[in-house]
Amino acid sequence: MIVGERKPFAEIKSFVDGCQKILVLGCGTCVAVCMAGGEKEVQLLASQLRIAFKKDGKDVQVDEATIQRQCDREYFDTVKERLKDYDVVVSMACGAGVQFAAELFPIITVVPALNTTFIGVTEKEGVWSERCRACANCLLAETGGVCPITICPKGLVNGPCGGTNHGKCEVSKEKDCAWTLIYRRLEAQGRLDSIRAIHPAKNYKAQTTPATVMHAAYQEEEG
Amino acid sequence: MPMPFSEALKTKEFVVTAEVGPPKGVDIEEMLHHIDLLKDKVDALNVTDNQSSVMRIGCLPVCKLVKEAGGEPILQMTCRDRNRLALQSELLGAYILGIRNVLALTGDYVTVGDHIEAKPVFDLDSVLLLRMIRGLEQGKDFAGNDLKGAPKFCAGAIVTPEADPIEPQLMKFEKKIKAGAEFIQTQAIYDLDNFKKFMSYARQFDVKILAGIVLLASAGMARFMNANVPGIFVPQGLIDELLSAPKGKALDKGVEIAGRMIKQLREEKICDGVHVMAIGREQMVPQILSAAGI
Repeated sequence: MIVGERKPFAEIKSFVDGCQKILVLGCGTCVAVCMAGGEKEVQLLASQLRIAFKKDGKDVQVDEATIQRQCDREYFDTVKERLKDYDVVVSMACGAGVQFAAELFPIITVVPALNTTFIGVTEKEGVWSERCRACANCLLAETGGVCPITICPKGLVNGPCGGTNHGKCEVSKEKDCAWTLIYRRLEAQGRLDSIRAIHPAKNYKAQTTPATVMHAAYQEEEG
Repeated sequence: MPMPFSEALKTKEFVVTAEVGPPKGVDIEEMLHHIDLLKDKVDALNVTDNQSSVMRIGCLPVCKLVKEAGGEPILQMTCRDRNRLALQSELLGAYILGIRNVLALTGDYVTVGDHIEAKPVFDLDSVLLLRMIRGLEQGKDFAGNDLKGAPKFCAGAIVTPEADPIEPQLMKFEKKIKAGAEFIQTQAIYDLDNFKKFMSYARQFDVKILAGIVLLASAGMARFMNANVPGIFVPQGLIDELLSAPKGKALDKGVEIAGRMIKQLREEKICDGVHVMAIGREQMVPQILSAAGI
């Protein structure tokens, strides 16, 4: 899933200062799971804004709504009519959701309440960690299911750098060295041959942005 | 004219290289002094490339200064700050300036240095950089386009014989040789028995090995490196020896230790040479070499 973190309150408030009608719009999928932008977080942020404006002696209307996903057009149907009443929409979705909301309602100011951090997994309750850089060229078959693009800060494809130490990374003693993980896992599986050959350079052309994917079944229809 | 480093590697029984660290800023007086002091005492001088991810004068212009001073420069080149276009244009540029030796490095991560918010590049790694160098020599750029005139380099890389775990490190070492490394400089070594074991493995490959010698300035420095520098192991015996030195004489003891190690490496023909890293104390290198009987 996409993991995000809420921006500092002061930063969010600076985006909406001077507005009269504010809608805090949550996203009920990824960022709800990582407790950053779902219904509960919408309630919390809206309450904080109301209290802050009251303290400022300002009469500001702060409303709440959460839709299933801000990255799918159809989910906006339920709030479409309401949105037009607001000076600003504070989107608690990931960057994709914020942009989609802004694109679908171009006359409304849409601002982000989160910093989108990564594509990751739930390590344990309340802890998420990164697993994928969306590089468009998945190497996991040859690297034992450990991604060197994501787990190695340098994204090295030919083995560890000289900074690796006791299985940890040069960048932080808290972080595992991707290439030690890869080596150990493939060794245990008897598959070290899959990393012995020199791996070609990464293909950044595949990451030329913005990318678009069209499912094969829909190509004919479009074309 | 100094002997080309590629010739020294082929013909000399024991080669010696040292390092020049470009300064942060344009006052190069001290660096020029170090170049002058070392150029005739070593077979080649490595010029470091924004070492430890700390911004300094670029290594290419400093290599040119080494050349002008009559020394034989080795251009250290990391993949941290340049993508494949920049690496190639710098290599071609180095060649036309008369620089013939390159040490291919991946490079430290940016957050260990002094511009921690910089964009890290790492388009290639040290293995692919070596392959790129060999490709340029074949008259082709990395994308397969023809060059108008091909360069020729003496290319090397590094290895950490004391890395833990060692196996992934050796896998990469073998890739570097496959990619065309002619010489290998090692991370600092202090335990010669461990190093001999590494050499008995490394001897199966057609590559020259230069043992890394880092000058120990104090017992504190040795302990610090043991705790913090990946792949460095200073045995307790050497730490005790540094502690036994009279007050203010630890550095002299460090020079003596370095000299003794080089002497043994040379006399017992353990490896093909040494790369001496005095880390800011370049003026001590001649003393180290004379202590080694060189």
